Amino acid sequence: MSAPTQSPGALDGVRVVELAHEHGAFGGKLLADMGADVILVEPPGGDRTRSYPPFLDDVPGTERSLYWWHHNTSKRGITLNVDDEGGRDLFRRLAATADVVLECERPGRMAELGLDHPDLTRNKKELIVVSLTPFGRRGPERDEPITDLTLLASGGPVWSCGYDDHSLPPVRGGGNQGYATACHFAVLSVLTALVARQVTGRGQHVDVSMHAAANVTTEMASYHWLVQQGTVQRQTGRHALEQPSLPTQIECADGRHVTTGVPPRRGEEFGRLIEWLDSLALADELPETVFLRMGAERETLDLSKIGTDDEVTAIYAAGREALNLIASRLPAYDFFVGAQSRGMPVGVIYAPEEAFEDEHFRARGFQVEVDHPDLQRSFRYPGAPYAFEKSPWRIARRAPLLSEHTAEVLAELGVTQHNLAALRAGGVI
Amino acid sequence: MSTSKANALGHLRICDFTGQLAGAGATRWLAAFGAQVIRIEDPVREGRWDILRTMPPYADERRGVDFGGGFNNHNVEKYGITLNLRTERGRELLGQIVEQSDVVAENFASGVLERLGFGYARLKELRSDIIYVSNCGFGQVGPYSRFKTWGPIVQALSGLTFTSGLPEQPPAGWGFSYMDHTGGSYMAMAILLALLHRGRTGEGQWVDMSCTDAGLTLNGPAILDYTVNGRPMRRPGSPSSNRNEWPPMAPHGIYPARGDDRWIAIACRDDRDWGALASAIGEEAVSADRFATLAGRGAAEEELDELVARWTRTRDDYEAAAALREAGVPASAIARPSERIDECESTRDWGLWPTAEHSKVGRVRVDGLPVHFSETDWKIERGAPCLGEHNDEIFSTLLGLSQVEIDELRGAAVI
Repeated sequence: MSAPTQSPGALDGVRVVELAHEHGAFGGKLLADMGADVILVEPPGGDRTRSYPPFLDDVPGTERSLYWWHHNTSKRGITLNVDDEGGRDLFRRLAATADVVLECERPGRMAELGLDHPDLTRNKKELIVVSLTPFGRRGPERDEPITDLTLLASGGPVWSCGYDDHSLPPVRGGGNQGYATACHFAVLSVLTALVARQVTGRGQHVDVSMHAAANVTTEMASYHWLVQQGTVQRQTGRHALEQPSLPTQIECADGRHVTTGVPPRRGEEFGRLIEWLDSLALADELPETVFLRMGAERETLDLSKIGTDDEVTAIYAAGREALNLIASRLPAYDFFVGAQSRGMPVGVIYAPEEAFEDEHFRARGFQVEVDHPDLQRSFRYPGAPYAFEKSPWRIARRAPLLSEHTAEVLAELGVTQHNLAALRAGGVI
Repeated sequence: MSTSKANALGHLRICDFTGQLAGAGATRWLAAFGAQVIRIEDPVREGRWDILRTMPPYADERRGVDFGGGFNNHNVEKYGITLNLRTERGRELLGQIVEQSDVVAENFASGVLERLGFGYARLKELRSDIIYVSNCGFGQVGPYSRFKTWGPIVQALSGLTFTSGLPEQPPAGWGFSYMDHTGGSYMAMAILLALLHRGRTGEGQWVDMSCTDAGLTLNGPAILDYTVNGRPMRRPGSPSSNRNEWPPMAPHGIYPARGDDRWIAIACRDDRDWGALASAIGEEAVSADRFATLAGRGAAEEELDELVARWTRTRDDYEAAAALREAGVPASAIARPSERIDECESTRDWGLWPTAEHSKVGRVRVDGLPVHFSETDWKIERGAPCLGEHNDEIFSTLLGLSQVEIDELRGAAVI
């Protein structure tokens, strides 16, 4: 499947006004990379995430934050001081040209500014306004301070993540995933409201809660409580469960880790496992090989009998032991490919850069070269989360420089060069 | 067109082969907004391709394909029919359903739907503007496209397992299938994006979704740090995911509280936050000049963490966190499921745990959605379908079959 590179994206013709905020930046990126004209509105001094490391060559600077670069691809950037009436007026005029406004201000602030959903839709019923806030706009906690860490702590994910050794603290997954998850739901909301608008012609307001988003992504932790008031417990490298399960993550001969995944349960799988052990001359080292041979004679193993049928239990455990033994003797990558090529689902635990350089992701075109004309350089960026046949994902341009598109965008609103100078002098833009 | 609640997507029909969570999560969102999502399952294998049909938790002592708690959570508001696609008649009926569907969604291993005779080319013959979204671990093309995955493997390959852990420890990973949830979200986005494209151009299309690609996009700054600065994340002392690099904060971590397996998360965003925390801790913290700036706190992070832990260890997690928040410092107890579900005003007031009515299980609480729409909000009232529960309804209303014909199909094991 090859995508025609110049076809328009799925959101071609959709304009989004994004009021810059670290909570929603990734959502704006997802929309922009699918072709939306995302106009990012920063305060005149720039959004605070421009000061977030890592930096190009480790030198801080407004245009050097790689955090900023990643989260703002394909957007156009303007500056507007919404604390100034002139800035608010321009924001309203801009919103009047938009399909979607995405904002992450504390509940109440947009109304104080006269820029909330009722203000912006008075003369534009088809506008969609999405408010992404830590606890949503309803409820008692809406003004509490949060970070990604405290959100994932109160929202549930942290309870399930960490180690078998409970003297170690639970773990927050890396990469500000609480913000990412909330942005996924904000984007789903934008798209759903746009599809609805194709039918109804009307926009609406969407209230997104980051805390609620974390709460509904913890899978078994939530529904074991909801269904049978069971509490899951964290375990190293595997699902938190009510009862401890056997370890599945082991260190390989090269010091890297693999997850041994789902152990064999069909006869043919046991057969292939024996073949693999034989090829590595390990079959005689494993006392449980005898159970593997019993497994190979069955069509399938009834997993519901584990723990009650001794033979089934032994065969199942032998499959796991065999995988553990092989993994401990091979480099992690060889174990991964060796198992998968024999039809057994296991995984190598890559650092992000190792995944990025892997031949599979390269072959899928995951590495994307993005031009930075101001630096006269280009850099490799992470690519698409999905491959569209006809309306491709693409990074249209690198993240905007501070105020890069202010003149261009305001000219589209009819602001003249002369007025522009006055606005700049007045600190409005 | 009606604009009644839960009808944002009421004009859409989804022919749904998804299962587990990475696929079922996608169509769950669409169904909650009113799309008619028709799950198609194999009557011979009793739908067990979706292993969650028979997996715990269970609401009572009953077991079987209609009682798996995870399945019942992930398939609310959907319809369920059975079709044996090994039979000619079964394939004919599926063809008639595809003709009347906007979207075909599946998360089989790559190539499975093709082998069943319903690859993209065939789907297009049946309906020229069909949207086909396939979601599998490694996508449909590339050296690993035939490899098998589930959530933990996707997370391992995409760097997410590695990035979650403490220094000098093995990767901790995620204690749940983060990429099943997230893969489901991306799959739903793909469907909606393709619908928007079709709305504008009239064209359908195929979207090849790979969960590991999606996972890899969630490590953006780390990947750029590598491609731009040549700094790998696999290096001594890294990762340290309870601390914060982007932006740096200190102290920042998860500290022991009073009681068994009780913990408190604290994040000092700036000097003001540290000042407030230091006042709570007392003189030892307040008077330490080397902690006054972020640079100083960062350089002495181990010492600082020990100081904070000495204070938290003797305190109740919820009380200490509330006191810190009162002082403006982000802090939270590490909430247990019971606490965030039954004792949290924010999730209760959101309506985050709706009760669905399941035909056999009865009333059961499930996950809601973390969004509310002012005009066409979601609703979750109907439980997941029992195996083949809507055969009579769908085959009669959608395909116009008589009850006699439907009974014959049942007798011939086509449904």
